[in-house]
Amino acid sequence: MENLELLASEAQQAIEQADGLAALDQVRVEFLGKKGKLTDLLKGLGKLSSEERPAAGARINEVKQALQAQINVRRDSLEDAAVSAKLANDSIDVTLPGRGEESGGLHLITHTMERIEAFFTQVGYKVEEGPEIEDDYHNFEALNIPSHHPARAMHDTFYVTGNTVLRTHTSPVQIRTMKTQEPPIRIICPGRVYRCDSDLTHTPMFHQVEGLVVDRDVSMADLKGTIDQFLKAFFEADLPVRFRPSYFPFTEPSAEVDIQCTNCRGAGCRICKNTGWLEVMGCGMVHPNVFAHCNVDTTVYSGFAFGMGVERLAMLRYGVNDLRLFFENDLQFLNQF
Amino acid sequence: MKFSESWLREWVNPSIDTAELVAQLTMAGLEVDAVEAVAPAFSGVVVGEIVSVAPHPNADKLRVCQVAGGADGEVQVVCGAPNARQGLKIPFATVGAQLPGGLKIRKAKLRDVESFGMLCGEDELGLGEGSGGLFELPSNAHVGADLRDYLGLDDQVIEVDLTPNRGDCLSIRGLAREAGVLNSMPLTEPSCAPVAAQLDDVFGVELAAPAACPRYVGRVIRGVNVAAESPLWLQEKLRRSGLRSIDPVVDVTNYVMLELGQPMHAFDLARLQGGIVVRMAEQGDQVELLDGSKASLNADTLVIADHEKTLAIAGIMGGKQSAVCAETRDIFLESAYFDPIAIAGRPRDYALHTDSSHRFERGVDPKLQAVAVERATALLLEIVGGQPGPVIQVESEQHLPVPANIILSRAKLQQQLALTFESDVVSDMLRRLGLDIFASDGQGWSCRAPSWRFDLSIDMDLIEEVARIYGYNRLPTATISASLPIVGSNERVTALSTLRQQLTGRGYREAITYCFVDPDVQKYLSPGLESVALANPIASDMAVMRTTLWSGLLPTVRRNLNRQQSRVRIFETGLRFIPGHEGLEQQSMIAGAITGSRLPERWTNSREAVDFFDVKADVEALLQQGHSFDQFCFIADDSHPALHPGQCARIERNGRLVGYIGQLHPRLQKVLDLGQPVFLFELLLSGVIESQLPAFKGISKFPEVRRDLALIVEETVSAEALCNTVRQNAGSYLIDLKIFDVYQGKGIENNRKSIGMGLTFRDSSRTLTEEEINAAVESVVSAMKEQFSASLRG
Repeated sequence: MENLELLASEAQQAIEQADGLAALDQVRVEFLGKKGKLTDLLKGLGKLSSEERPAAGARINEVKQALQAQINVRRDSLEDAAVSAKLANDSIDVTLPGRGEESGGLHLITHTMERIEAFFTQVGYKVEEGPEIEDDYHNFEALNIPSHHPARAMHDTFYVTGNTVLRTHTSPVQIRTMKTQEPPIRIICPGRVYRCDSDLTHTPMFHQVEGLVVDRDVSMADLKGTIDQFLKAFFEADLPVRFRPSYFPFTEPSAEVDIQCTNCRGAGCRICKNTGWLEVMGCGMVHPNVFAHCNVDTTVYSGFAFGMGVERLAMLRYGVNDLRLFFENDLQFLNQF
Repeated sequence: MKFSESWLREWVNPSIDTAELVAQLTMAGLEVDAVEAVAPAFSGVVVGEIVSVAPHPNADKLRVCQVAGGADGEVQVVCGAPNARQGLKIPFATVGAQLPGGLKIRKAKLRDVESFGMLCGEDELGLGEGSGGLFELPSNAHVGADLRDYLGLDDQVIEVDLTPNRGDCLSIRGLAREAGVLNSMPLTEPSCAPVAAQLDDVFGVELAAPAACPRYVGRVIRGVNVAAESPLWLQEKLRRSGLRSIDPVVDVTNYVMLELGQPMHAFDLARLQGGIVVRMAEQGDQVELLDGSKASLNADTLVIADHEKTLAIAGIMGGKQSAVCAETRDIFLESAYFDPIAIAGRPRDYALHTDSSHRFERGVDPKLQAVAVERATALLLEIVGGQPGPVIQVESEQHLPVPANIILSRAKLQQQLALTFESDVVSDMLRRLGLDIFASDGQGWSCRAPSWRFDLSIDMDLIEEVARIYGYNRLPTATISASLPIVGSNERVTALSTLRQQLTGRGYREAITYCFVDPDVQKYLSPGLESVALANPIASDMAVMRTTLWSGLLPTVRRNLNRQQSRVRIFETGLRFIPGHEGLEQQSMIAGAITGSRLPERWTNSREAVDFFDVKADVEALLQQGHSFDQFCFIADDSHPALHPGQCARIERNGRLVGYIGQLHPRLQKVLDLGQPVFLFELLLSGVIESQLPAFKGISKFPEVRRDLALIVEETVSAEALCNTVRQNAGSYLIDLKIFDVYQGKGIENNRKSIGMGLTFRDSSRTLTEEEINAAVESVVSAMKEQFSASLRG
């Protein structure tokens, strides 16, 4: 049995020295396998006396279990090392860009219109749309702009035929809606509009969002509140907003709406022509003649309408400095949004 | 309209400064566009007189002048101006003067001759471009007076952008009235007292179109001196209002127009035959106008004629032939009221926008005509002399406008403005505005608008006036309250925003292109389809409405390719315009174009170029949004003229055409100057957004079994045909079918192709047996053999 101590220490050494899982397994087979050295010792127990046998057997098993435990520890350690080595080998440059397609994006005008729509739809407005080639009646006549009205000169109109035009504003949608829906009406009408004008600050096509509210007891206070809240929400700022008397044939009283210049905060700069104010939209109480065209009973209902230029608002909000960029569709521009 | 602030202050002079006045006008609805000083800052410049002129001893071009006007008496000034002469009165910058631009005048020596000051031209004082010489002041100018005082240069030119309803403010009188209302001040009006006739001469006036011209006032003035010069004050007022001085007669008529708002005209009486007739033009009437142009008139145009010929387009422009000229001795003054409806639109028809037409289109006070004639007569007598005849006034009373009687209800005023006003406050505002209140009680006010406020006709007009005078920004502001029921939304329609998001998620950029496009591009993209043409396009390449969104997208692709972008993925949504037998159709479309590499350039991405199947995947992604993808089919179509005949499909939904997809025809690619293939799609929105609710199907716990088949068929057999045969013959356990390979080449006969199909089987209630699956596959294989002479690839 003196062999046992020797064998154990030999095995311990071999386990320690096994430098891989395969080598470790060889050690296991050499000592603990069916024909292993320790197994041989167990087989040799038969030669011992029956008094000696249990103690010797117990000792061999003890050594065997200790070796097995040592092998297990060694195996775990070798396995860990192997995994670590593999991981080390598999490491990559995580700063390299990802594979495949990159994200595209919406046009800034669409984004702005969707954002405007969201402000209004959350308080119960519906989105309405209409044709872009309009008839004279819906674009002008029903909006209290009879032919030869000087206000028609305010609209540089594209004509298709004598009485068909490219709509000069989204206001015809008001008419179409009032003719088909009963009050209360709360709508906004986003869309393309056309004016026969092209220079640094005008493009022959642009976008408007029109709003219309018709209900009982709607007042100018409601109009002012709506516009004021919208503009503060749109610019996410407590911007001073002012209302200036103006003239639109389809509203009365009519107002232009100015916000404090977003560039100079009212101090006066080139963008606001040193007035400290920027004109951003028009609005007013719906003119009785417009209601009359749509058979809305003005003894019961009143209403307000407003209209804003989307490009103008987008330019102010995002700092775009040239209107024409919106329609050149240069990827250098589109990719920014 | 431009006006001089000091002129306005002659009429009404509130104790507020320019900035306050401007703010007040703007906030009352008379938007001030610009305020410009009449002259830049300068000081120490007086009216000087050249007492004597002597040559300069050392310089040919300089002269030595003795100049009076300075505080130190006569001084010597060296001057190079060619018009320096004895007796001339000129602006004299004395020693110590500050000129515009910071130049300070000092005692100086010019070529050894001492000079005490400087004689100035207009340009040196910032008063104009100058003539290269001295500014010649009138001979009656008071020598020694400060030039700024003498010329009234401490003044501003204010430009107001008037809305079309405020024609009444197109004059100093109108603006003064407004300023008077805002500041509760009365006006100081110049005298317009009647000027007594000195002659009996009258001239016949006939109103042959009394609805268009219900009042015409005229006057003969004989013996005028047209050679007289308009006085400086008159010239300056005209200049500050943006008008040039022409001759004293025209200057006076223009002055009265600016001052009172009544456009006037003066005829050379000697060139009028018989009498004035105000009538409609005869179609094709010719008239030569003051500006030298010739107009051929329409029958809807009101004209001033005499008994022989057409003289002028009424309210727009006078005629050349009858105009006042250097030989004129006797004149006939015209001051008429024209119905705005009779004038409106005509200036545009003739491209003649004048100060007169601008006012008549918007409306002129119908009671102003005789007043204006008296004012003009008085001024003319002062400047050009002459003897006036009696005022001739012809009118058709039934056609004259009648000021509106308006009832303003207190309840409505309060409802609209959400504010309770004191009755006195409202009455006072209305009176200040010139309204005649003939009855008022607790319920409201009955009043009559003044003749000049022809824009006031209904109660809302007065509510606006009250709001305006009170101040829009002082009116209350409220949060609107309304009942807000939850309303349904239709889930069986795919939102446009969802489709947009799909495309942006797939790397597309949204473009917005003009709806009017180049007919030369569009004719290739939708030949045979008529386009809606604009009557007045802004450019020839923006002349027709698009019949396909490709008409805007392809030029956009080209623009970007030309700007060094080799990979473009863009889409657009919007209307196309298709004329049809049942009228114009305005159809919502979604369309896209891709070109360049399949993936953006990156270390992992291949450089392969996009092909048909890239754009098809994008379209499929759109069509899958509505959970009804099986309703769509792609049908090979070689008939679309804009697309590659072998790489084009029309897309149908249950037999209805909803769009096209394909490669831009290589011939068009060349025509449109595109350097690389472009793949396109366009879908009719109404054809693709209709959708179904997703329908739940049970999940099977049992395993699925896949069998792959490689079949060799004629290359013309479509994948869709093969898939249909598979589905028809594979039995009900087939849950998925994939085409995993298409191969032509080595090992496959010419004109045949190998197609690899993966069939997946599963049942929801049990595990399928090998026999069942084999039987299904067998059935598929034999159907393939029968229908397509397919063979299994070994």
